[in-house]
Amino acid sequence: MSVRLVTAAADRRLLDEKGGARAMTWIMAIMLFLTVLAAALGLATLAATSVLNRQLAGRLTVQIVEPAADARAVQTEKVLAALRASPDVRQINAVDRAELSALLRPWLGADGADPELPIPAMVDVDLNNGSDAVVAKVAAIARAAAPSARIDRHESWMSPVSSFMGLVTWLAAALVALMAAATAAVVILAARASLETHRETIEVLHMLGSTDMQLARLFQRRIALDTIFGGAIGAVLAAIVVVTMGYQLAALGSDLIGGLALGVRDWAVLAMLPIAFALLATLAARFAVLGALRRIL
Amino acid sequence: MANIVQFENVGLRYGHGEETLSDVSFTLAGGAFYFLTGASGAGKTSLLKLLYLAQRPTRGAIRLFGEDAVTLPRGRLPGFRRRIGVVFQDFRLVPHLSSFDNIALPLRVSGVPEGDIEAPVREMLAWVGLEGKADARPPTLSGGEQQRVAIARAVIGRPEILVADEPTGNVDPDMAERLLHLFESLNRLGTTVVVATHDFHLLGRIPDAHMMRLDKGRLHDPTGSLRHPASGR
Repeated sequence: MSVRLVTAAADRRLLDEKGGARAMTWIMAIMLFLTVLAAALGLATLAATSVLNRQLAGRLTVQIVEPAADARAVQTEKVLAALRASPDVRQINAVDRAELSALLRPWLGADGADPELPIPAMVDVDLNNGSDAVVAKVAAIARAAAPSARIDRHESWMSPVSSFMGLVTWLAAALVALMAAATAAVVILAARASLETHRETIEVLHMLGSTDMQLARLFQRRIALDTIFGGAIGAVLAAIVVVTMGYQLAALGSDLIGGLALGVRDWAVLAMLPIAFALLATLAARFAVLGALRRIL
Repeated sequence: MANIVQFENVGLRYGHGEETLSDVSFTLAGGAFYFLTGASGAGKTSLLKLLYLAQRPTRGAIRLFGEDAVTLPRGRLPGFRRRIGVVFQDFRLVPHLSSFDNIALPLRVSGVPEGDIEAPVREMLAWVGLEGKADARPPTLSGGEQQRVAIARAVIGRPEILVADEPTGNVDPDMAERLLHLFESLNRLGTTVVVATHDFHLLGRIPDAHMMRLDKGRLHDPTGSLRHPASGR
């Protein structure tokens, strides 16, 4: 099935295209503006979720909750030694006491720096593999070395955030699908209205031996051009909004929000949307016109 | 020449009303000239619609160019329609197209390359005496001029049958005679011509023409010559 958009000048004259604003162009501009924004949101959250999951997968914090400072230090050394010997551990790092005090300062003030304060010792662990089995194995090694050890899996802290971002991605995908469906519906209505407007011309062309496909091409070309022009306007405006928001988010300096960025592939997907919508509109127009023409002899 | 149209006991009914055409049977010989007469409402336009495939009959059989036109698949209708030229009673010109483009329509519909369109359209414009009106749009033309554009459009594709519904209804007697001469010259080239008219003055102008008279949807054929024509002209 061919989708011919370029027709001879004479064919283009067949439907009177003068007069009246081309409402379809502006409808398509709005449709594509909203679609590109929704798609950009979906792609950004998808990328951010991916970065977040990559960062958190296989990361653990071992807390040695021991009130006695000496025993705590001994257990910490044992944990470090035991985990360094494990082939599942890629990197291990004991969090410095000063760093812990700095983290507590917003809540405890200067008291957080008191050397007598029984702050748990903490060991950051990066695993080669974040699977449940490996995490359980490493946790068992840590507990064997230090009975007071508590294991915090980073993935479990951030899983609600990751789930929420996944939900946003799906919501954005659903919005894009809804916009595509709405675009197809608008095109079908517009094609039927246009058929009605040009009914007399269509009847004449039919009697002169025009095929349904020839007639459908006249309408699909017109709607495809409206979608391409309108879609380009909407997509460019949406891209400007996305770029501006990208700068604003980057200025926040948040690692989490900073992940909401679009890569080259994401921009390529966004650039394809007006073309995809033009194709969708063309096919919707074709099927609407062919369906309507089939009802007349 | 061979018979190119055959109607056998054709009936046509719109909706649930009475039959507009009843038991119409006739045969058109290739290359012949026919006048279809009858009072207003006799069914002339309905019969012509069946002839140019704008309507399917309610009953009966129609053979066109040797094929069953009643059961002809919809997808094959365009090919048949391109072999039939139609002059509509109300011209049915496309108002936003120039005379040139209106006349060129059948060629473009048939896929004739743009480069091969100019010459035959100019020739047609000259044939109907509208050389200077190529760029004029129908609303700016007189009734007679519009009728001539419609005729040029109907014949430019060299149809095997030309069907004209009251082609002289909107023109003065002189123009009517000129139009009839156009049909006659086309007929001489081998096209079967069917002209529906209730203008009895025209009937004698083509001596060899066959007469078909409809009366309340029934075709009068007392001698049987319309069912079994001897030959064309």
